[in-house]
Amino acid sequence: MTAIVNIFLKEGVLDPQGKAIHHALDAMNFEGVEDVRMGKQIVLKLTATNEEDARKEVEQMAEDILANTVIEDYTIELI
Amino acid sequence: MRHIAVLQFPGTNCDLDTKYAFEKLGCNTTVVWHKETKLPENTDLVVVPGGFSYGDYLRSGAIAQFSPIMQAVIAYANSGGKVLGICNGFQILTEVGLLPGALKRNIGLHFISRFQTLKVVNNSNNFLQKCENDEILNIPIAHADGNYYIDEEGYKKLEENEQILIRYCNEKGEPIIVNGSVTSIAGVCNSTKNVFGLMPHPERALEDILGSEDGVKMLEGLIA
Repeated sequence: MTAIVNIFLKEGVLDPQGKAIHHALDAMNFEGVEDVRMGKQIVLKLTATNEEDARKEVEQMAEDILANTVIEDYTIELI
Repeated sequence: MRHIAVLQFPGTNCDLDTKYAFEKLGCNTTVVWHKETKLPENTDLVVVPGGFSYGDYLRSGAIAQFSPIMQAVIAYANSGGKVLGICNGFQILTEVGLLPGALKRNIGLHFISRFQTLKVVNNSNNFLQKCENDEILNIPIAHADGNYYIDEEGYKKLEENEQILIRYCNEKGEPIIVNGSVTSIAGVCNSTKNVFGLMPHPERALEDILGSEDGVKMLEGLIA
């Protein structure tokens, strides 16, 4: 099973990298971009076969190290 | 004589500067490798120095928080021991939860390396006891992730408990935006005032020939 963890700065926490990308897109005349948020993606290959167990395990990883929950939110996708 | 333990992670690069600084101030200093599980006996102060522990992978300080020595540092801090985190050390101490808040990428995205004026906000703690409130200090900064963030509730607590140590300011002492930090905060302490963290490098400001001696009175507060 593969777990995909997406990590983004929380809503309301200013994202300087997202802002810089937004500025660049504006400068390149790409119109219609309302907001840009930049995050990171961590892909984990798991030995687990049970989805529920895998989700629990990855949630723990995200809380403990993958994300800093003071400033970041995360989503977990299992495939 | 005071005994100082300076931690060393893979990628730490201010360990020897920090050792030099405390030895210059008359202390006995030991560099402690991160794989150790114990601090030297009679440690009076633990310093988590600057650098790029684990190459800043994942987030600055994120991996170092799980090095074996950190369990000893947490126990030491929780029993009232004094801990100072400088730059990457500050980032590690927030990641491990010994200090509130977090440090994000600088608002301008640049790595900033220069002398910076700082204003002393609260001297009601060991670290800044030799400084005056509102005093302006000149200390080098060198970081890419120094943008201090804390939520509103946390910020209120910092203010009420006098946990804000220093703010970035101009030469007149007015707060300025350097890296996007909440209210220009450059350093904070925990609520029990035994764990201190700051982005500027006092260990690089001990000699006039290097531009400033203002770091002396900061570090001296911790060994008084």
